[in-house]
Amino acid sequence: MSTKTGQQHPIGLYLKIWLLLFVLSTMSYLVDYFHLNGLLRWGLILLFMVLKAGLIVAVFMHLAWERLALVTAILLPTFGLLVLVALMAIEAGHTHAIRQLFFR
Amino acid sequence: MSAVVPADGARGLVSDWASDRQAFHVPWGKAMMWVFLLSDTFIFGSFLTGYMTVRTSITAAWPNPSEVFALHIGGAQVPLLLIAIMTFVLITSSGTMAMAVNCAYRGDRTNAATLMIVTAAFGELFVTMQAFEWSKLILEGMRPSENPWGAAQFGSIFFMVTGFHGLHVTGGGILLLIVAYKLLHGDYAAAGSEQIVEIVGLYWYFVDLVWVFIFALFYLW
Repeated sequence: MSTKTGQQHPIGLYLKIWLLLFVLSTMSYLVDYFHLNGLLRWGLILLFMVLKAGLIVAVFMHLAWERLALVTAILLPTFGLLVLVALMAIEAGHTHAIRQLFFR
Repeated sequence: MSAVVPADGARGLVSDWASDRQAFHVPWGKAMMWVFLLSDTFIFGSFLTGYMTVRTSITAAWPNPSEVFALHIGGAQVPLLLIAIMTFVLITSSGTMAMAVNCAYRGDRTNAATLMIVTAAFGELFVTMQAFEWSKLILEGMRPSENPWGAAQFGSIFFMVTGFHGLHVTGGGILLLIVAYKLLHGDYAAAGSEQIVEIVGLYWYFVDLVWVFIFALFYLW
């Protein structure tokens, strides 16, 4: 048994999301243009990145309306990547500390 | 009355794998595309994690992407201009793809195919600009093994990550053109042709999605 109707949504919704993606991209470009630095820069970059990615996945890729079984099968494994990122961040920090002792 | 005994050996292998169970109640093509995209997510996830590890652990100074990717416009240095335009081109292509999916669902095959060709054209424009960027940097002395601005790993990660992404865009453009051609020639059954457009669209949005991460983590960081 498969869904017969598929994903049909009003065209206005896509246009609004499209516009939002343009605005968010411009804002992330402005972060660089105005030479923001430090935590503010990294925080804003990550915020705009996550918002853009979320909008694309949820609306354009229709994940917001898919069945929960498919949504969990797609999203949960990607969180495994965060574990990899965390482990490698610790590893890289350690390597950096050791290298500073020898490669000044 | 008695339960059916499954066959053994090679016949059993085939019948077990073909036993017609369905976990995801969506068209099979869509489920398979998502599985593929998930595996691709792990490829790019590994690339970007490797990039993070290299950039965090080296002691040499990382080149400033804002200056490396700047363009001279009328005597002034505009930071990341080409990259910003490339980002907008890719977002525009996602928008035209969404319109194509919408047209396909309304049964308007001609407009759906036209919009897919427009999407592919934006994709190829993106790749052309990337080729320009690569040529410019190679002329300035950037190589996978060295570059004039700082840490040598900058070049290897740049060529690998943007190259792999560009390859995905190129492949997606070819896929879009093939599907648009088949759609115009009526190769798909009247019912269900909108599914293939939606599935190709999933791949295209994914390419845009990967660029969101590359733009933020490589060019802006």
